[in-house]
This record gives sequence, C-alpha cells and structure tokens, in this order.
Amino acid sequence: MDHFQALAALMILPPLVGSGLWFWVGRKFGERAVGIGASLALGLSFLATILLFKDVEGSARIIFFDWIRFSADSAVHFGFLVDPLSLALGLVVTGVGTLIHVYASGYMHGDEGFGRFFSYLNLFVFSMLMLVFSDSLLGLFLGWEGVGLCSYLLISFWFSDESNAQAGKKAFVVNRVGDLGFLIAMFALFKAFGSLSVPELLQAIQSGGLDSAQTFWSQVACWGFVLGAAGKSAQIPLYVWLPDAMAGPTPVSALIHAATMVTAGVYLTCRLQPLFLMHVSVLEVLAYVGALTAFFAATIAVFQNDIKKVLAYSTISQLGYMFLAVGLQAPVAAYFHLITHAFFKALLFLGAGSVIHGMHHEQDMRHMGGLRKQMPVTFWTMTIGVLAIAGVPPLSGFVSKDEILHVVSGSHRNVLIGLAFVTAFLTAFYMGRLWIMTFFGKFRGHHEAHESPKSMTIVLMVLAALSILGGFLNWPHLWGGHAYLEEFLKSTVAVLPHSQAPDAFSSSVKLAVGSSLLGLLGLALAFWRYRNFQGEEFQAKFFRLFQNKYYVDEIYDAVVVQNLKRLGSFLWKWVDGFVLDGLLNGSAAVSQRAGMQLRRLQTGLAQQYTFWVWLGVLILIVSVYTVGS
Amino acid sequence: MTTTVPFAYWLILSFGVFCFGACGFLIRKNALSLLICLELMLSAVNMAFITFARMHMSEGGNILYFLVITVAACESAQGLALMINYFRLKQNIRLDDARALAG
Repeated sequence: MDHFQALAALMILPPLVGSGLWFWVGRKFGERAVGIGASLALGLSFLATILLFKDVEGSARIIFFDWIRFSADSAVHFGFLVDPLSLALGLVVTGVGTLIHVYASGYMHGDEGFGRFFSYLNLFVFSMLMLVFSDSLLGLFLGWEGVGLCSYLLISFWFSDESNAQAGKKAFVVNRVGDLGFLIAMFALFKAFGSLSVPELLQAIQSGGLDSAQTFWSQVACWGFVLGAAGKSAQIPLYVWLPDAMAGPTPVSALIHAATMVTAGVYLTCRLQPLFLMHVSVLEVLAYVGALTAFFAATIAVFQNDIKKVLAYSTISQLGYMFLAVGLQAPVAAYFHLITHAFFKALLFLGAGSVIHGMHHEQDMRHMGGLRKQMPVTFWTMTIGVLAIAGVPPLSGFVSKDEILHVVSGSHRNVLIGLAFVTAFLTAFYMGRLWIMTFFGKFRGHHEAHESPKSMTIVLMVLAALSILGGFLNWPHLWGGHAYLEEFLKSTVAVLPHSQAPDAFSSSVKLAVGSSLLGLLGLALAFWRYRNFQGEEFQAKFFRLFQNKYYVDEIYDAVVVQNLKRLGSFLWKWVDGFVLDGLLNGSAAVSQRAGMQLRRLQTGLAQQYTFWVWLGVLILIVSVYTVGS
Repeated sequence: MTTTVPFAYWLILSFGVFCFGACGFLIRKNALSLLICLELMLSAVNMAFITFARMHMSEGGNILYFLVITVAACESAQGLALMINYFRLKQNIRLDDARALAG
C-alpha cells in the first residue's frame, strides 16, 4: 500500500467505521463520546484530504482493487480519482462537514436518537466522498445512491411524526426519478464506449473521431445526466422535494440540503464537462433550466414564513445560478459559487438552527422578532451570512455571484440576463425579509429566547469568517487578485478565455457596482417593508400564486401521484385480485374437483386393486408383443 | 420304455392352473379361498419352472422352485395369521366387507 492509498483510505474509512460504531454502541458510549468521536472521524477525514491536496500534483488515480470484471482485460476498478475538481469539493465536504458535526453535537443534545443521528451523518459523509472521489461512474453512482439514502433517513429522522416520514418518502421517490436518468446515462455510455471509468471515458470523448452511434448514445447519456442532476440538485422539474426536506434536523439541512449533497449535480456536470461540450444544445437547456429555477424559487422564497423554507427555496435558487454558469460553459464560476454557497448557506442554516433552538423549536418567522438582543452571536453571524448571499462587497457571495453575472452578461442572451439580475434582487429582498423579521422589531414569540451553547456559536463564527474570506479564493485577476481556484481547476476543466478588451476592467466594475447596488436595494426595500412587521400578510390576490408555490405540488399530485395511485389500485384490485388470484384459486378448484372424481377408484376392495394391477400387466405384455412384432 | 409327455402339455397345464387360480382370486368372497387360489397360482408357476428346467437342461428352474415353495409357505402362514386376527375382530372373513381404506 503506497502513500496515496493510505491517505485515501484514511480519508474514506473513518466516517464509515464511525457510522457502524455509533449505530450499534452509541447509547452505551453516551452523548459526549459519540459527538466528539463523530466529529473526530470527520476531522481525520479532513486532515487526510488536506494531505492529499498537499501531496498530489496535478491529478492522481488511486486504484484499490478490481471491483467488477467484464472480461480478461476490462473491469471496473474500485479506485479514486484525486484531481483539483474532486479535491476542491472533497475539502468543502469534509471541512464544512466537520464544523456541522461539531455544531450538531450541541444542537442534538438530549435527543433520543443521538447515536443514530451521528451514524447517519457519518454514513452520509462516506457516501459523499465516494461520490466525489470515485474514478468510475459506478462508484459515483454508489455514492449518489448512498447520499440519497442518508438524505431520506435524515429527513425522516423524527419519523414518529407522520409528516416527516412523508417528506422523506417524497425526497426519496423524486430522487428515484432523477436516478433513473443517471442509470440510463450509464448504460448509454457503456454501450457507446464499453467502459465506466471516468478518465477512460473522457479520454475517448476528447480524442474525437466518434462514429454516429457513439455520438447518439453520448447525447442520450447527456440528457440522462441532466435529469439525474436535476433530481439531486433540486432543479425544475424535480425541485419539489427540497422544501419538504426541511422536516429533518437543521444540521442535516445545512450539511446535506445546502452545502454538499445538492451540489452533486453541479459536480457531475463539471466532472463530465467534455461530454457536455460535445452536445452544446444540452448545455443550453441546462442554462435555461438553471435560470428559470433560480427565478421561480426566489419568487416563492419571498412569500414563505417558515425560516427554513425560505432558506430551502434560496438554496434551490442558488443552485439554479450554478447550473446557469455550467450551462454557459463556465464551470469555474459554478464551482466557485458552489464553494462560497457551501460556506454562507451552511452559516445561514446553522444560524437558523440556532434561532430555532433558542426559540424552543419555533420555525415560524411571524412568531420571532427582536432576537438581536437575546442572541447576539447568532445575530451578528447571520448578518454576515445575509450580506454575503445578498451580494454585498467584498463578502464571498458577492464575488462568486458577480462572476456568474459577469458570465451571463457576456452571453448576450437577454432572457437569461434578465432572470439572473431579477433573481439577484429578489435574493437580497427575501434574505433581508428573513433577517428583519427574525432579529428586528418587537418580540412576537411565546417563550423567552436564549443564546445557543458554545459548540454551536463557535461553529457559526468560523463559518462567518469563511463567508467573509471565501471570496479571496477566486478574486479575479482583473481586480488585482490571484484567482487561485481558477488556476487550480484549469487543468481539469475547460475555462472560457477572459475578455482582453481595453474596457474589461471598467465594465466589470460597472457590473459589480450594479449588482451590489441591486443587493443593497433589495435589503433596503425589505427593511422599509418589514421594519414594523406585525404579522400582516400580502393582501393582493396576485400574490396568491406565489404563496401557493405556483400550485406545482398540486399539479404534480393531480397529474402524477393520483394517476399512479389509480394505476396501483387497478393493478391491485383487478390484475392481482381478479386475474392472478382467479388463476390460482381456479387451478386449485379444478384439481379439487378432479380429486373428488378420482377418489371413487379407491374402493378399498383388495380384489379390485388386484384386478387393476393384472389388467395393467396384461396390457404391458400385449403391447410389448405387438410392438415387438 | 417310457413315453415322455411333451413339454407343451406341461406348460398348457401350468397355464390352465394359473388361470383357475387367478380367476378364483378375483371372484371368490372368502379370504381362505383366496389364499388357496394364491397357492394354486404359485404351484402353477413352479410347474412351469420345472418344465423349463427340463427343457433347457439347466438347474436354475429347480433352484427357483425351492425358493418359491419356501416363500409360499411363509406367505400362507402370514395369510392365515391375518385371517385369524381379522376373524377375531369382525367375526367373519368376507373380503367385501373389508373396505376401511375406501377413498
């Protein structure tokens, strides 16, 4: 076992081992030990990832063993592909994951399922690392399904409440639709290239000279991956599960449904960039899907009253931004936003969790207000998060979002430009609304609020620092930065050439000023509208559409769910109840009736039996002689 | 000077006795008669064995004769024992009435 293999094993094994450990002996160890142990496992993993980051030059392929063998010379390896793309996300997953584990050990204090919770959380990190680092699509799929499973388990963590169990089920089923796309894409790629290994596939695609069948199947694969990414990353039309996923504990929402798992789709599209570059039409669709999702989710977020729901729609909206960037062939911008989003959205979710914790599990913002005095640390860290996502310079959200807006305005597609800028404004508005409804005005709650314990507030402070400084990871060259992330990722993904026009600097500054003014305007409008909030609602009928989330859930229910239920009931009552059971009971009845007739032969008279035996012998003898002659 | 009876006569006699026994076995009611019919059939078979032994000038048929006669003795002892016990149970040995195993 060489150096890299040892490091990779050190990275992936602690969460897996921990997961088994906390599940079976969590109760015996007690809360303190489990909380520290689970965080330590993640810490080890983070350390190993940092060492890999330090030691690996360029990219390295670490193969452990042959996993599935097709023939003598082709096999799927169980191995890792450690390159800038996977390392960047791996560092975010383990780093933010460690922080959230520490936070969760405070947040989940006193919960009956403490051990179970950390078991699932560790298992999630293991699956996520599998997803990020695996060098084959099969391993990636293993992680992809693993994170889906953990997401399901954690959404319905408090399963004794029926609605939580329903939310978990919804997330699982909707994700299955996306996974079908992923599976089809894998089949198509295997059919076209006979391999599932990512480096081999990308090499085959980049070397060019594909025949028409390969082109066709790779296009099928592209669409499949888009569907898969839309499912996992909550894009139109499969975004409906993410708001419901807020039923899970808040650290879960922060880790899985904001920072890491939902970005898997972005990672996938960046990882397979050469494949998508072959089919630019798919990328075009992806850009529009992303922009539309960003806009629609933002409009819904404005009208939500549950603090976590606002953040959930905000996450969908920001993921839309990332897909917009991917679709416009700017994976670095998408990746940059992915990383900064992981920082500030984790911060916002954990801040919201701290508020919920302090308010004794009250999530409705209409019952909050004035919390800035009771919860100063939460207030100040949340403020940083809100400013970051609203795009106030020089916080991280400003830099990354500005880069995406820069890409969009360079694309000359007016619809996308309009959607992106309106969304930027809406983002600032709903985040300002959340901030003001929670921390300003009069206290409208029922219980006295209190500040959260140290283990939670320290994590908030660390994340706040990251949200401030995250922008310097990729501070553009134009503004005198070093664009570390871009330089780092350059070797694995194609990067658009920078504009060399003489007015590039002034136009980018104009854009930055414009977008930050837009953000400040949104915040100011929210402040003006909500500073004296007393629980009144938007009255205009026009807003009902947004309040009811465009009736998408209702439409899906009527079109898909009800019809599936009807199909199920048809299969149950008619096909199973009538046809299958009829066949079964019918054959039973036939043999029973035949038995009733045949039993008459059994007279009990020995002489009659003898007669039958002799008759048989006679027939045998006669037939032997007649056939023989 | 002895005249030998042709083998065919022996075989026809054996066949005739066997058929008598077989028919008797099928139509008689009394279990004791059935046992006698069984013995009749076995004797007929024995006769055929000895005839064939003579025909082929081999000892196999004679040896089988002793085997069959031994088995026949055992069988009739068993049959008589069954009859006696059955009679004790039912006060008769009519086989028409012995149909407890009717389906």
